[in-house]
This record gives sequence, C-alpha cells and structure tokens, in this order.
Amino acid sequence: MGHFALDLAHLLAGGMVLVSFMLLYQNRMFGLLNVFALHALVLSASVAWQAWVQNAPHLYVTAAIALVLKAIVIPLALRRMVIRLEIHRTIETVGGIGLTMLMGIALVALSLVVMLQAAAEADPLAREDVALALSVILLGLLMMVTRYNAVSQIIGFMSLENGLILAAAGAKGMPLVVEISVAFSVLVAFIVIGVFLFRIRERFDSVDTHALDDYREGRQ
Amino acid sequence: MPVVVALGSVAVLILVAVAALFLVARPAFATRFVYGAAGLVALVLMVTALAALLGRVDISGEIVLPVGLPWVGAHFRIDPLSAFFLVVIDLGAAAASLYALGYGAHETQPERVLPFFPAFLAGMNLVILAADAFSFLVAWEFMSLASWALVMAHHQAEENRRAGFVYLVMASFGTLMLLLAFGLMAGPDGVYAFAEMRHRVHADWLPGLVLLLALLGAGSKAGLVPLHVWLPLAHPAAPSHVSALMSGVMTKVALYGFVRIVFDLVGDPVWWWSAVVMALGALTAVVGVLHAILERDFKRLLAYSTVENIGIVFIGLGLALAFAANEMAAPAALALTAALFHALNHSLFKGLMFFGAGAVLTATGERDIEKLGGLIHRLPVTAVVVLGGAMAISALPPLNGFVSEWMIFQAILLSPDLPQWALKLMVPAVGAALAFSAALAGACFVRAYGVAFLGRPRSTAAAGAHEVDRFSLVAMGLLLGLCLMAGVVPGLVIDAVSSVAVQVVGHDMPPQPLWPTLSIVPVSEGRSSYSGMLVLVFIAMSSGLAAWAIHRFASKALRRGPAWDCGFPDASPVTQYTADSFAMPIRRVFGPVAFRSHIERRMPPPGDPSPAQLKVVKHDLSWEILYAPISGRVARLAERLNTLQFLSIRSYLTLVFAALVGLLVVVAIWA
Repeated sequence: MGHFALDLAHLLAGGMVLVSFMLLYQNRMFGLLNVFALHALVLSASVAWQAWVQNAPHLYVTAAIALVLKAIVIPLALRRMVIRLEIHRTIETVGGIGLTMLMGIALVALSLVVMLQAAAEADPLAREDVALALSVILLGLLMMVTRYNAVSQIIGFMSLENGLILAAAGAKGMPLVVEISVAFSVLVAFIVIGVFLFRIRERFDSVDTHALDDYREGRQ
Repeated sequence: MPVVVALGSVAVLILVAVAALFLVARPAFATRFVYGAAGLVALVLMVTALAALLGRVDISGEIVLPVGLPWVGAHFRIDPLSAFFLVVIDLGAAAASLYALGYGAHETQPERVLPFFPAFLAGMNLVILAADAFSFLVAWEFMSLASWALVMAHHQAEENRRAGFVYLVMASFGTLMLLLAFGLMAGPDGVYAFAEMRHRVHADWLPGLVLLLALLGAGSKAGLVPLHVWLPLAHPAAPSHVSALMSGVMTKVALYGFVRIVFDLVGDPVWWWSAVVMALGALTAVVGVLHAILERDFKRLLAYSTVENIGIVFIGLGLALAFAANEMAAPAALALTAALFHALNHSLFKGLMFFGAGAVLTATGERDIEKLGGLIHRLPVTAVVVLGGAMAISALPPLNGFVSEWMIFQAILLSPDLPQWALKLMVPAVGAALAFSAALAGACFVRAYGVAFLGRPRSTAAAGAHEVDRFSLVAMGLLLGLCLMAGVVPGLVIDAVSSVAVQVVGHDMPPQPLWPTLSIVPVSEGRSSYSGMLVLVFIAMSSGLAAWAIHRFASKALRRGPAWDCGFPDASPVTQYTADSFAMPIRRVFGPVAFRSHIERRMPPPGDPSPAQLKVVKHDLSWEILYAPISGRVARLAERLNTLQFLSIRSYLTLVFAALVGLLVVVAIWA
C-alpha cells in the first residue's frame, strides 16, 4: 500500500504538471478551456487520492468542490463568455512555444531542487506533492506572463490556484475551512474578472490587454 | 501602582482626543474642554511621577498588556529615570494646557489642533512608560505623527508645508535609526523587553554602533547638529503652545531615549563614546547659538536656542559617560545630575519663552522682532515674565539656568582626573565652547528682549498691542516661579534626581544641605559651593539700596523732555538700534566661517535715484553640505523609478514572476 500510494500520488501530481505544460501551448480558446477542465479533473482525482491515503474525509469535500466548480462550472461559464465575446474563433499567438516550454522545464527543475532541499526531512508523500504543486504554480504564473488575451490570463490564474489546492491537500492537517474559503475566493475572483472582461470589451472592443495600456492615464 | 495610574491617564488623554473630534462643531466649548481635561490629566500624571521619583510610592512591578507583538506583549513600568522625565513632560504639558486655555481661543482652525494636542501628550507619555522596544518605537512614531499633524495645523502657508515635509522625513530617519539600534540590542533571538535586553551580552563592536545609531535617532529628534535642520522650521510652524511643547518637552523625550539606550540598555560605556557625544554637544551648542543670535523671527530664534541647550545637555551627558567609563561614579553622578537638571530647566524656561512669543504674536501678529519694540509699555506683565525667562535662559543667577550650567562646569573642572589624555585635552576645549555659547546666549536674549520690548514701536501693530488674557499670564508666571524656585533652592531638584543618578550611574551626589544658606555643594565644601538664596538676597538688597539711593538723592520730579534730538524733535522709530545692528559684530566675526556669510552691496548707477541696498547673504552649511546633495540624489533616483509606475499589467506580472523565480534560485543555491 505504502509504495503504491506514493506512486499513484506522484502519478496524479505529475499528471497535473503535464497538463500545465499542455496549457502552455494551447492557442485555441476551446482547446484551452478543455485542457483546463482536464487540469481540474486531475486535481480532483489527486485530492481524492490524498483523502483516501491520509484517511481524511474532509479532503473529499475539497475534491468534490474542485470537480464541480473547476472542472464543470467555470469551464462552462468561460465557454459561454468566450462565445458571447465572440473570440472563440481567434487564434492567439503565443510567442515561441519552444522557448516557453524550455522555460517551463527550467521552472519545474527549479521548484524540485528548491523543495527537495528545503524539505529534506519531511514526509516524502507531502514533500514531492508540494514540489510538484510549486511547479504547477510557477507554470500558471508563466502562462499569465506569456499570454495577452485576458481569458487565457484567467485560466493561467486558475491553474495557479489549482497548484495551491494541490499543495494544501498534500500537507496534512490543513483545515477544511481554509480550502473552502480559498475555493470560494477563487470563484469570487472569477466573477469579478468576468464582469471586468465585459466592461473592458465594452470600452475597448477587445480583451487584448495591450489595448488597456494605450489608455492609461499619464503614460509617457 | 503608579504605572496603572499613568496608563489610565494616557487612556483618558486618548479619549479626550477622540472626543475632540466630535466637539469641533462648538469650538469655544471644545477648546475649554480639551485643554482643561488635558491639563488636569497632565497634572495627575505629574503628581504620580513626582511621588514615584521621590520614592513615596512603590514603583516596582511591570504591566504587560496583550497587545503589540504576540510573543512580546506591551510592557510598561516606571523607574526613577522614567519618573523624572514624566515629571518634566507633564509639568510642561500642564503649563501648556493652562496657557492654551487662553491662547487657544485665538486659533482660527481649532479642529486642526484640538484632537492632536491630547494625542501628542499621550504619545510622549507612552514613550517614557514603554518597557519594551516595540511599544517604545510605536509610541515614538505616534508622538512624531501627532506632532507632525500639529506642525501642519496652519498648512496654508507654504513654509509650514515645507517644514512639515522636512520634519516627516527627519522623524522617519530617526525612527529607522532607533529601530536598527533596538534590533541590534535585541539580537537574533528577539529579546525586546527592556528588563531582559539590558542583561544581554553583546559582541565587542555592537555597543559602539548602538551608540552611534542612538545619537542619530534620538539626536535627530532632539536637534543635534547636523540633524537639527528640521527643528527651526517645524517648531515655530506649530501654534505657540505646541511650539513650547515640541521645543521644551519633546526634545526631552529624545534625551530620555538617548539616556535609556546608552546608559541603561546597551551596557558599560567605553571612554571614546564620551568624546563623540561631547564633541557633538559642543558643536551643537555653538552652532545653535550662532544661528539664534542672527535670527530675526522670534519663534525661530527660540528654536535655535533649543538646539543650543540640547548641546549643553549632551555635553553633560558626554561628561557623565567619560566619568562612568572610568569608574568615577561620583563625578559621573554630578555630570548626569547637571545634564538632567539642565533638561528640566530648559523645559521650564523654553516653555515660558515660547508662551511669551505666543503672547507677542497674539498681541501684535508679528514674529519678526525688527517690527516690534516698546512692548514693555503695552504688555507690562508679559514683559516682566519674559524678562525673567530671558535671564534664566541666559544663565544669570539667581535663576535656574545658571545652576545647571555651573554644575556642568564643576564637572568639567574634575576632568584632569580622567586617565585618558585625549579626554584631558578635549574636555577643557568643550568647556570653552560651553562658556562661549553661554555668553552668546546672553547676547542673543539681550538682543531679542531689547529690540522687542524696549525702545519705541517699529510698527503700528506693535504700537497698538494689548496685554494678553489671564490664563496665559498665569501659565507664564507659574513657569517663572518654578524657574526662580529651581534657581534659589536647587538642592531640592538635586536631591530629587539622586535616585535617577543611582539607577543610571550607580552613585548619586551628596545630599544637599538645606540650611543655613540653601547652598549646593557638588563635590566638597572646600572646593566650591553656590547659594542661589545668597545671590538673590544680595541682588535684592543691592538693587533695593540703589533704588532707594536714587529716589532719595536724585530729583523726584519725573521729567519727560526731548532727548538729544539733533534738531529732529520727532525722530522716526526706524532710527533706533535694530536687531541686525546688534548682531552685526558677531556676524562679522563668526559669519564668514560659520555661515559663509557676506554682504552684497548694490549701488545704483550714477543718475539713478533709487536707494543703494545692502543684503546679508547667509548659508546654512549643514543644509548645503549634507542635505542638499542627498535630497538631490533621492530626487533624481525617484525621477528614474517613476517609469515603474507606468508599466503594463503584464510587465508587473513579469516583475513579480521574475522576483519569485529569483528568490527561489537564491534559496536553491543557498540551501
């Protein structure tokens, strides 16, 4: 059981890193949304497995929240939004996929080095989970940095948050209330960002964040 | 326990400050309420602290409130050192409140003063009561911000806004230095409570560094040269009763901070510390008084005089350090007592002088002494009390300023016993600087008083002045009475601070004989002694005799006739001796060195009927050498960093991302 539990936890967490890499090179909106749903699905599976291994029933709630909110509600809502914004046919130019992937690999290596050194004495299950979670977070940040489209930036943000949940699930004893509040704050952030997207679109006829910069007051 | 009473009083002050926020709709009532309540609370605090200082109540015990840093809490206690400074502060605060009952009625914008005045008092008291570094710094910053708000009370004037800005920058700098000093003393395990901090064992280099940081931190608040630049700007900018508090009282809080850190917390002194402190003190005294004597603005003149007096106190503290470092406890006690005595005296007469300046301002609307004159006829009571204050601040016997400066000289005369040659040579030079500044202070106040109060009015405002209200007069009279008392019966003060000396340098001055002559004996009867009472009796008798002789033998008839008028029977007041003319010889001698001053003459070309002009150009060297380059560089850097404000969202995200990755790389390499 011990080895198997560790291996499967590894597999699921590694799967999240893999899906994060898939997010990096998606240049179509629907493809991006589908991969994001997959990301949340893997997260949900990973958290559920942690719940089973740690024998912590409250993590099932977290997994269920991830499944319902992240894998179903948010992707569907984003899908509607994309259709209403009429950007579902646009192809986003992601500059230099190869370079981005290389950067992503470097980030994963960095987070593994940092976490495996910093938490050398910790429980291996938690340690490697956290290391992979940090990779997911960094990849999410990388995605936010490399994209121009506001919707893709949201997805980068959400995947970053998935990484946080993965880390929280790996660490034993994280109270449920923290996870629920994180989940809800993400939902609120999602709603706020969604509203903003429409307002931005109304103003600037685009959700490309370049457009915003041209209107900044006092820009020299 | 007195500390409970003190903390309760501080809480009341804060409540008064909050209440003032709601009362500003009725300014007349709010003024009476706020100053009345603040004065009463200050009185309670002063009595409590005095009882604690004299040992009439049990002061052991410390209060720990569960606020502040979670694992430290907020510690408060009263020991003799803090009790002494509490007395100084709350005496000044009570007098200022009394004065403000009358003076505050002239305030045009009471809502900008009333809420901050009690808050300022609360802040100062909390600094003294704090017994851990965190509460101390929080209270210190609270005090700074409250006083900043008071400086900005009349923010419509451009110069007041500049004063507020300079003050804010210097206050932040000072707090930063104190923060570093406390951080060094607390060490890596974070021992913030004073009780534990003073038992820590430090590395060799650390106490010296703490001394320098304390000099920078407390010195910037007290007004040590070259950190004094904000003081002549900010102190006069506030309303006069607040100026009196900032100059007379807040500088004492800074002195307290310095004494607490250097004498109490950091451990045994080293002899070179005293050289640094004395050199800075002497420089401060001389530079302060030279500025004061050339100043035409009455309140700014007083602020520069504060700089001078702070220098004198630091000379005394430096001497105490020198003796304490050489295990000479009795002389150290003398020097420390003298320094504390002078701090008390300064709070008394500087409060009095600022009240007087406020009274003149109320009566005439003028701060420029060149536009005053003849006020002795129009403000007779104010003129007498301000004369007393000017005599005290000029260190004339039998008033209190003389006693403390005389005691510092007594300590200086003990310096040949010091083992270090550097100190043996340096202390007499410091003594010369002290004598020099004392003499110039006399000249400075002869000038200020003579030009403002004597002669004939130089402006219509001065001609139409009226005596000020009773509250102000009573407050000034009270302070003058205390000045006289401390001068005539100095033994009372010396005996009262003996417990402080025991706490700080481990020894005290011998108890002073109260009878038969009320004289004080700093070292031994055979060496020197001074009796203020004898001097007072002698002065009273000789002046009485002179008055009697004049009235007896001279003509009794009062004549007012034309003076030697050179054919101009009604000479213009402009022909009187002016303040600038009075200061001219001193400016001639010291100006080129101290201020790089010179005179610009502008002669009109032949045929042009416009008048020739003379202009004295003066430079504030510490500003130009030290501050201007720094502020210029900061401005240029800020200009460059300004572009950071106009980046795109993605660029900000990239910056955050890069910072995160950079830090992770650092961790990866280090771990």
